[in-house]
Amino acid sequence: MTVAPARSLGPTESAALAELLLTLADDEFILGFWDSEWTGIAPILEEDVAMSSISQDEIGHARAWYELLAQLTADDADRIAFGRAPDEYRHAALLNHARGDWAHTVARRLLYETADAVRLESLTGSSYAPVAELAAKMRREETYHLLHWNAWLRQLTAAGGEARDRLVAALALRWSDAQSIFAPLAGEGILRAGGILPEAMAALQKRWHERLGQWLSAAGLSLPGPATDPPQPSTAGRTGRTPDFAWLHSEFTLVARSEEGATW
Amino acid sequence: MVTSPSAPVVDPRLATIWSALGEVPDPEIPAISVVDLGVIGDARFEPIEAGERLVVDLMPTFVGCPATEVMRDQVGERLRTLQIADEVEVRVSFSPPWTSDRITPAGREALRGSGFAPPSGVALSFAPGDLLTMLPSAICPYCGSRNTTLENPFGPTLCRSIHHCADCRQPFEAFKPV
Repeated sequence: MTVAPARSLGPTESAALAELLLTLADDEFILGFWDSEWTGIAPILEEDVAMSSISQDEIGHARAWYELLAQLTADDADRIAFGRAPDEYRHAALLNHARGDWAHTVARRLLYETADAVRLESLTGSSYAPVAELAAKMRREETYHLLHWNAWLRQLTAAGGEARDRLVAALALRWSDAQSIFAPLAGEGILRAGGILPEAMAALQKRWHERLGQWLSAAGLSLPGPATDPPQPSTAGRTGRTPDFAWLHSEFTLVARSEEGATW
Repeated sequence: MVTSPSAPVVDPRLATIWSALGEVPDPEIPAISVVDLGVIGDARFEPIEAGERLVVDLMPTFVGCPATEVMRDQVGERLRTLQIADEVEVRVSFSPPWTSDRITPAGREALRGSGFAPPSGVALSFAPGDLLTMLPSAICPYCGSRNTTLENPFGPTLCRSIHHCADCRQPFEAFKPV
């Protein structure tokens, strides 16, 4: 897949952009893989279809980001997606955990999708056209995800009892790791200076807290943890990896590892 | 015949190209052509060392649409049979993004005729409060009733939602507004 030619970048700017693209791609890729595990075993049949479709969206978005990255670094998108060791992945710490029960999945999705929406909205203003264009396209698709997770938030909270309790507990459990979506990037200063990243990660994190707070408040909940100003980054960030992720990595690299150079 | 709004027909070969592309069906809903689906963007000739390259932009309906590569191959294959340029390149493009507004009136009729409700003309809203009202009732493609309900905004492919008609009791699919 190719995209329109973009303005040329210097080596430092190019390296900083590569770091950003890798975080965007890995987030969507890993979340898409975790949640594709619900195919066939989601709580109801309609959810089976929805979750499969949503996961397919995420894998598709990951592929588009990987391909953009591959063009930038003269690499191969499949190699980047499947050819790295576990500690070379740069997804947010929130995505280090197994899918858990349905409440955990809904909680993680609420945290991630609302954060991703803020991030994509900002990236539509990127000075690097291919990033701005992809973000604009993905944002339209992700609107359906927001619709879906907002519906589950309302369902589980309106049901009360165990459904509400489990959701609240899962939100609290993952609140700290969710901050890692906006972990500062090593090349953030360079990306900000060139307008590739229109806003600082900390500014996006603050806006996410406000938006998520509105969602939760409409469902009778409050933010699961403190929203300090300035926001505190997660200590786990984007480099700490877990046994859960090591297991997932061995799963999604299985085909690529068993037949080197295979195409599918 | 449909022409690209961004490419007025100045080169007579472009008319041949658009006409040929009008015969390439969508791989998942063959009743509609890729032109009527609105996924063909600009078509132009670029000079290359060995003569001329025909470049056609293909705009995926969804970023993750698995039919994109099939479409690209079929569009490229059809254009190569025209022997109209030394090289043919089908370039996947998100600039501008495909939106459901790009489906032509003929395309909307073709969808309806195959049992798919065409996308409603609603503008996408990104405000959480508006999300639940974003998908108004689709019109039943079988009996024309508006007495329908949304069963699932996610259907068998990324671009389709599932609905039910309370009047003729038929489940049906709609193209999502996006």
